[in-house]
Amino acid sequence: MSIVEARGLGKRYGGTWALRDCTLAIPAGHVAALVGPNGAGKTTLLNLVVGLAGPSEGLVSVLGGRPAGSPAALDGIAFVAQDTPLYRSLTAADMLHMTRNLNRRFDDRFARTRLGELAIPLERSAGELSGGQRAQLALTLALARHPQLLVLDEPMAMLDPLARHDFMATVMTAVADDGVSVLLSSHVLAELERVADYLVLVSHGRIQVSGEVDDLLAEHCVLTGPAAESAAYAERLSVVHARRGEAQAQLLVRTNRGSHAVPAGWEKHRVSLEELTLAYLREPAAAALPGPRAAANAVRAMR
Amino acid sequence: MAALEFRLDPGSGLPTSQQLVQQVEHALRLGHLQPGDRLPKVRDAVASLAINPNTVLKAYRELEIKGLVEGRPGQGTFITASLNQVGLPELAKLRRSLLGWLASADTAGLDSDGMAALFASALRDFADRRDGGAAHAGSVQVA
Repeated sequence: MSIVEARGLGKRYGGTWALRDCTLAIPAGHVAALVGPNGAGKTTLLNLVVGLAGPSEGLVSVLGGRPAGSPAALDGIAFVAQDTPLYRSLTAADMLHMTRNLNRRFDDRFARTRLGELAIPLERSAGELSGGQRAQLALTLALARHPQLLVLDEPMAMLDPLARHDFMATVMTAVADDGVSVLLSSHVLAELERVADYLVLVSHGRIQVSGEVDDLLAEHCVLTGPAAESAAYAERLSVVHARRGEAQAQLLVRTNRGSHAVPAGWEKHRVSLEELTLAYLREPAAAALPGPRAAANAVRAMR
Repeated sequence: MAALEFRLDPGSGLPTSQQLVQQVEHALRLGHLQPGDRLPKVRDAVASLAINPNTVLKAYRELEIKGLVEGRPGQGTFITASLNQVGLPELAKLRRSLLGWLASADTAGLDSDGMAALFASALRDFADRRDGGAAHAGSVQVA
């Protein structure tokens, strides 16, 4: 089952396309990271997925084919927007009360237990809570609906390192306990390496990379060797990003699965998710996508 | 209580699941872990490290395939084997031949760092060649 599926999805604001030609299928049971520069279209894509915005073209569905924004879709999705917006004058208890009454399903006991464990006082207003506590409160309200898909937009941007760790621990525990699928956008690449097992890379309003992290890492490597030979060698490879010094060159290449013999003088290194992501972000024309879409992109890149 | 606590080293360059596997193997080699010891529950490891549960499951699966641990439904994951150390006489012999190699590298003019770099590079080549058959089957195609 695809937890999120998009076909030819696009969103235009005025005359500007925020997102275009977006086709992807994220399988259920993953923690999918949505990565890309500011203004790349991450928030637009998330808003389309949760139904806060409607597509200008194409289709988007969630939870195995439910149209995004439909009541059936909303029932199974929880969304925490950027900066975890809460009514600042309401207390945590008020917020529990309100969320319970606004939703068909709400696990009050789960929410109260969780807030107790986090030592978040129920009688205090959200405005008086710390940033980390506010984020945990918003997350608890979202998780108490026991969603099948949890969508988080830049959830950790405002948090200090300890609050980030605790926030992510809560999310990952929910994944372990409930098997909830997660789609989160973030800038913090190093932290994503710990949590994400699916990567969606967006740049300039298009999907550039999409796939399981293990597959992506297995199908890319870094080759280091003499700079003088690097141009000739690179011609035989699928190079994503090359960095050349006067003496030594580094080539981040897609090996298209399997091992290939490395010539004498060259060394093959494992690539990290962070390196891989940065390489693609530096080369907006390169793409790693599953299925026939990849061929279409290759044609476009050649034009 | 679990027999060990996992830690993560962002500087290791290893994928998270590999770090967990290595920590168990390391503890086994040093004798810190014994058959019958229980590894952390998946949920506990997830909560303390804030990592993806699939990562812990993957590490435990790999340890199980290696024959080092066994998952018991409802109870947890337990150490079932100790890591066979190479015998001491064998180790001494290997060390002697390595010293011989170091002497010839010294004669050739390599310093310690040069020897370490050469050894690390040769070890990588050796491991690559040995594992070369285990090609990864995935779903991403070249664009």
